[in-house]
Amino acid sequence: MNFLGYKRPDGKVGIRNKVLILPTCVCSSETCRIVSEQVQGTIYTSNQAGCSEVEQNLKICYDMYSGFAANPNIYGTVLIGLGCEGCTPDKMADEIRKKTTKPLEVVVIQEEGGTVNAINKAVKYARQMVQEASLVKAEEFPLSELFLGIECGGSDATSGLAANPVVGKVSDMLVDEGGSAVMSETTEFIGAEHILAKRAATPEIKKQIIGICRDLEEHLANVHANLRTGQPTPGNKEGGISTIEEKSLGCIYKGGTRPIVEVLEYAQIPTKKGALIMDTPGFDVASVTAMVAGGCQVIIFTTGRGTPTGNIIAPVIKVTGNSKTFKNMQDNIDFDASVVLSGEKTIDERGRELFDELVEVANGKVTKAEAFGFNECSMQRICKFI
Amino acid sequence: MTVNAVMLRPIDNVVTVVGDVKAGDTVVFTKEGNQESVVAGEDIPAYHKIAVKDLKKDDHIIKYGQVIGALTTDEAKKGSWISHKNIMSLPRNYEDEL
Repeated sequence: MNFLGYKRPDGKVGIRNKVLILPTCVCSSETCRIVSEQVQGTIYTSNQAGCSEVEQNLKICYDMYSGFAANPNIYGTVLIGLGCEGCTPDKMADEIRKKTTKPLEVVVIQEEGGTVNAINKAVKYARQMVQEASLVKAEEFPLSELFLGIECGGSDATSGLAANPVVGKVSDMLVDEGGSAVMSETTEFIGAEHILAKRAATPEIKKQIIGICRDLEEHLANVHANLRTGQPTPGNKEGGISTIEEKSLGCIYKGGTRPIVEVLEYAQIPTKKGALIMDTPGFDVASVTAMVAGGCQVIIFTTGRGTPTGNIIAPVIKVTGNSKTFKNMQDNIDFDASVVLSGEKTIDERGRELFDELVEVANGKVTKAEAFGFNECSMQRICKFI
Repeated sequence: MTVNAVMLRPIDNVVTVVGDVKAGDTVVFTKEGNQESVVAGEDIPAYHKIAVKDLKKDDHIIKYGQVIGALTTDEAKKGSWISHKNIMSLPRNYEDEL
């Protein structure tokens, strides 16, 4: 089976074909919004940080925003900086060029003499790039070129019983086709990490899986915090998930059963293909953005309570195992996995149908979150602003 | 009888009800191919857990064949609603797992 994609000069294949207006920091974020509003075919992401940060937080910012530019769904990027920020336009451009050879233009607001001049220059670059992007013809590519990000949010007890196992089947099918699937959210491994670790392809990867869970708990203990005070969330509890162990044991089903070949840091691009893990928080939006920065062209997102979350770079396919939620939030949910709980279909059958839906979305079918143009963006942090 | 709850592993001491249950309702689930049942001692919302064994304080709660926490109340009789109000998470021992 093939899908229709857009070949990039770095060899990767996108399933969407957009020009990205990218801010280095919060001070250029609004300028990016205005530029994007003026040029059809562009998108922008907000950046709520990028300055007054310790080195570790700056690294996350560079990794994440350069990863957005490198994402295969992006044709090219107009990077807009302020000029005096911690996350410098020069270094961000270097980080982008290390990851991809795609078109890149840089505009610095202080060098241009203010917002109006910067917008003027950036709009010209963006208009040129959009026209170039429109000339890239969609071609057929094998499914091995797909990189799926798997997320859950607003979980309830149906997530672990229906939606996540169905997505796990999709993950296995894609890996068997030679593609990649990444599962994230370290918080939601805790209590199930000993089971997840059994999927490790090597003893070293097993240590990494246990290690990221231990490190997260130690990190929080250092500031006298315990994740159990915020996880499960109030909505999880109301939906029948009582402890982090119960949540995690349901969550890990969504990653399927294939050997885990690499454990990625937050927002890192993988070096291997197959079933992957990324060390992200259980905060769903900050997890989706990290996987998109890692190169995922598409996200499958399971929910029990129902969530609207989308992503402006990669389409998000929303799946629920809760029949009431599917009826109640039809505006937001793409796929009903509750038929697994009612016994109408098996996990394998519904998984194959979701796999077909994944290919449809790769071919251009617009998901519900995508139709809204949702543009949530959130970034993991190590510590306070300085 | 109609099955209205899910037991994930035979060693589990809770099952998940798939619809709202009223006190006195019979909750039916499949265990190793056979139907078993428990009478709900209280109202239980859809997708929440019901105890299928008598439990006492600190007993491990088992779902997915794994420990999901421990009972915090003095006891929970068979048929009780098991939720965040009467169980709590347990600390992990990562060094042993490594």
